[in-house]
Amino acid sequence: MELTLSLGIGVLVGSGVWLALRPRTFQVIVGLCLLSYGVNLFIFAMGRLVTGAAPIMPKGGFVNPDRYADPVPQALVLTAIVIGFATTALFLVVIMASRGLTGTDHVDGKEREQ
Amino acid sequence: MLAENLLLLLAVLPFIGAVSAVTMPVSARNAEVALAGSVMVAGLLALAVLFQDVTAGQVVSRSLSWAPSLGLDVTLRLDGFSWLMLLLVYGIGLLVVIYARYYLAPSDPVPRFYGFLLAFAGSMVGVLIAGNIILMVVFWELTSLFSFLLIGYWHQNAGARDGARTALVVTAAGGIALLAAMILLGQAVGSYQLDDVLRAGDLVRGHPWYLWILGLFLLGAFTKSAQFPFHFWLPNAMAAPTPVSAYLHSATMVKAGVFLLVRFSPVLGATDAWFWVVAGTGMVTLVIGAVIATWRNDLKGLLAYSTISHLGLITALVGMGSGTAIVAAIFHIMNHAVFKASLFMGAGIIDHETGTRDLRKLSGLRHAMPRTALLAIVAAAAMAGVPLLNGFLSKEMFFAEAADWHNGTWLDRWLPYIATFASVFSVAYSLRFIAAVFFGPLATDLPKEPHEPPVWMRRPVELLVAIVLLVGFWPEALIGAILQSGVLAVLGDTAPRYSLALWHGFNTPLKMSLTALVLGALFYFLFSRRLSQANEAPGFLSLLRGQQIFDRLMLVVTRKWPVFLSRVTGSNRLQVQLRLVVLLSLSAAAWALWGAGRLVPRGLWDRMDPGFALLWLAGIACAIGAAALAKYHRFAALALLGGAGLVTAMTFAWFSAPDLAVTQLLVEIITTVLLLLGLRWLPKRLQEIEGDKRLPARTRRAIDLVIAAACGAGVAAIAFAVMTVPPGLSIGDWFRRNAYAEGGGTNAVNVILVDFRAFDTMGEITVLGIVALTCYALLRRFRPAPESVAQPSQQTFNELPPLDPGREAAAEPTRRDQMMMIPAIIMQWMFPVSVAIAAYLFLRGHDLPGGGFAAGVAFAIGLLLQYLATDVRWIESRITILPVRWIGLGLMIAAGTGMGAFLFGYPFLTAHAQYVELPLIGPVPAATAMVFDLGVFAVVVGSTVLMQIAIAHQSLRSARLRAREAADAADPVAAAEERENRIEEQAHQQEGA
Repeated sequence: MELTLSLGIGVLVGSGVWLALRPRTFQVIVGLCLLSYGVNLFIFAMGRLVTGAAPIMPKGGFVNPDRYADPVPQALVLTAIVIGFATTALFLVVIMASRGLTGTDHVDGKEREQ
Repeated sequence: MLAENLLLLLAVLPFIGAVSAVTMPVSARNAEVALAGSVMVAGLLALAVLFQDVTAGQVVSRSLSWAPSLGLDVTLRLDGFSWLMLLLVYGIGLLVVIYARYYLAPSDPVPRFYGFLLAFAGSMVGVLIAGNIILMVVFWELTSLFSFLLIGYWHQNAGARDGARTALVVTAAGGIALLAAMILLGQAVGSYQLDDVLRAGDLVRGHPWYLWILGLFLLGAFTKSAQFPFHFWLPNAMAAPTPVSAYLHSATMVKAGVFLLVRFSPVLGATDAWFWVVAGTGMVTLVIGAVIATWRNDLKGLLAYSTISHLGLITALVGMGSGTAIVAAIFHIMNHAVFKASLFMGAGIIDHETGTRDLRKLSGLRHAMPRTALLAIVAAAAMAGVPLLNGFLSKEMFFAEAADWHNGTWLDRWLPYIATFASVFSVAYSLRFIAAVFFGPLATDLPKEPHEPPVWMRRPVELLVAIVLLVGFWPEALIGAILQSGVLAVLGDTAPRYSLALWHGFNTPLKMSLTALVLGALFYFLFSRRLSQANEAPGFLSLLRGQQIFDRLMLVVTRKWPVFLSRVTGSNRLQVQLRLVVLLSLSAAAWALWGAGRLVPRGLWDRMDPGFALLWLAGIACAIGAAALAKYHRFAALALLGGAGLVTAMTFAWFSAPDLAVTQLLVEIITTVLLLLGLRWLPKRLQEIEGDKRLPARTRRAIDLVIAAACGAGVAAIAFAVMTVPPGLSIGDWFRRNAYAEGGGTNAVNVILVDFRAFDTMGEITVLGIVALTCYALLRRFRPAPESVAQPSQQTFNELPPLDPGREAAAEPTRRDQMMMIPAIIMQWMFPVSVAIAAYLFLRGHDLPGGGFAAGVAFAIGLLLQYLATDVRWIESRITILPVRWIGLGLMIAAGTGMGAFLFGYPFLTAHAQYVELPLIGPVPAATAMVFDLGVFAVVVGSTVLMQIAIAHQSLRSARLRAREAADAADPVAAAEERENRIEEQAHQQEGA
């Protein structure tokens, strides 16, 4: 599972980086989304992979931390998901406005001179 | 205790006054004067009370802890010397406040003037009473900043802007040097407290860093007090309103530099380096200032160079450093402040009443304004050092030092001659000031008819001139005690005996004075005509062009080099920039991790799960597919992106993160809808882009592919290596143990978000709200590209009946009834369900997966479905959604919950938890964290809905655009005009871009 997930993260990050380097704004926004999946999974994976151990604690008594998944990376990723959504929305608005103003969807606001 | 509180008051009052001043209406001239004047009077009263506490060398101090671990405290410290300086700051400040009321034109915005003036006074007070040397530098830089704002008060005037900028660059750069000096000094002494530093003179002088400390320190002091070669900022600062010049260049700004020299002379002084640099610079400045002043044709320019010269005199005295020299320096600081302030005000009156400051135009004003003439003549005589005036006394002391003090160097032997030489010119320019302006025939071609100024513009000058005269006659009686306490504060036990008597016999200093007076007068009467013909400076000194050198330097540093650098290394193209960023991060990561033993992957094939592998096979295919199709098949790419997101959400669920899975899934829905809405406004990509198949484009793609593959492989390797080693001790253990005990909830993730780390969440929802508002604001001025305005083909594909409220009312079929009828009904029926799901997610959040974020997004999706099912107009005529209020309310709830903890004496955002029994529902966790989570919920709903609605509304806008074009077609003349306007507008936009 570790190998599978790390390959998945690698492909997400690689596709994201490749798209982020492309000239069309839509490619870049899709790339940033893919990149954020990869990064979120990476941060999440730093808490190690455990199955069937959601961090829902018992009420009182002794708590053995090893029996539950680490909640800290999860909390980090939860906020990252929401903020990632907000930045995607902002970026979308910017590329809409840029398209309207410049008449092109190239990231530089003008087509490359051939 | 009273003394300590008064000390705090002295420091704080001007800043409070400044804040009040800027909030007053522009027309409140008299109220501003009353406010600023009462601040100054209050300061003077406080000083009067405090005087008895500092007379015999004692110190009043008050300390507030700031960052004790760094040795930083807000320590305020008042002794006799700072008392004396504060008297100047507040006393002359009061006079300047009154004077400025009549000087400023009705069109000048007074709140800004008095606000800056008070803030500047406060910063100056801070420099004087800071008891911590770092704090002193903080106030020091504040004086630079506020003097910049004051000098640039008439910012419409290019000269004022340049002068202000020069002053800021020079003095703030000096301030940075001073900060470095103070840090070194504090490290050498082992304490940043001024008291400790002042006691550690021998230690500092013997320290290996001594020369560094001295050099940096003097750089700070010399730039501030306009010593050669940094003097050029001061004449340029004359573009300031005259009250500002009178304040900055007599009592405050430039005196901060000499204050610092005097203050630290017991610590850094009495070495050869100190003598040569300080006394040498002082003498050079004294001579150059005096000589150039004689040639200036601008009244304020003459006074500016005279100020430079007098500052040089004080600096030279501190450089000699004997006890009596320090006495003379302190005495001259006071005398110079008094006569120079009155002269600046006099020059301001002349400028105000005649409309010019040019000495070549002015003449014979004693006929038109006899009282002002008398006042200015007395003050100028004091500047020249005429006996029986205050300037004479301290100048005599300077001559006595120059003649009687010896250390056997050549500079020491030449001191009396240099001093007399400079004094000759000092007499000459004072005489020129008097003779050119007030004597001779009355000038006839002045811009204004000259007459006496308003009475209250003259009163401050009268008071200052009275002091000049009285101190000249009875120095001991009037200021003997003040001077004595100042001297004791600086020199302590080593304070010398000195006499303030007028008559010391016919001794060397008197002879030097008389020689200077006679030669100066002679010089002026011989050369007066040539002075006004020469161009502002005598031959060789006109080569000293500090300003031009400075301008050239600024041009090179702030314009030529950056332009060159950006041409050589920069690019305007985003792709190139991003490629650099990616490569840089890649190599930084590679460099840091190269050969790291822990990162060797192990256990390659352990724990394989075929189901999971299959899941990720789909995920990987989606990711690669999205990357490949995002250019020409954007809709497909979007679907594949959603697929990758779905696999991500399932991965979260797989590995025990139900909260993440829920949130990811919901956010996925809303992101996809958002991107779909945005796709409407991007160009249709039906044809291949030109050049896409050619070699350069292929090469770029190939290079990027290699970079991307390297990044992906690197991240995968790190992820795998980390995942296969055991975690070790983690902060997560604490959260797991204490989630229920301390946070009162069993869902550890939610407890972290709303309780343990609630402050972070608070920041995060604020960001979310700001982003939503930004989206909304950006779209208010949105202009779609012309080819996107037309109705999309999907809407015109079938001939449909129009959307018409009239038809709707008549129960006839409209377009909505025919498009997506069945999904629309399902979506409308789903609304209560989605609200219930949101409530469920929210209520269980503290104990089970869910919470404010997930509930907020679920609620927003419920609303969104209504928009999808029908159209904007229909839904908004039925439900009123005010997303901005949701955001505001949510933030208020969150912040209010946090502040509620104050009521019980706990810090911000301390939570309290318990369970309450609700009928039908059972025990519900009722932690205050739940209320906080409610705020989170509201902000998420508001922000998400605001962004969606803002984008969705653009289709209404394009409908309006289409309607306008239809109108254009009906009226071709108006349409032509409209088109011209649009072309112009586009041209403007292109220029702007």
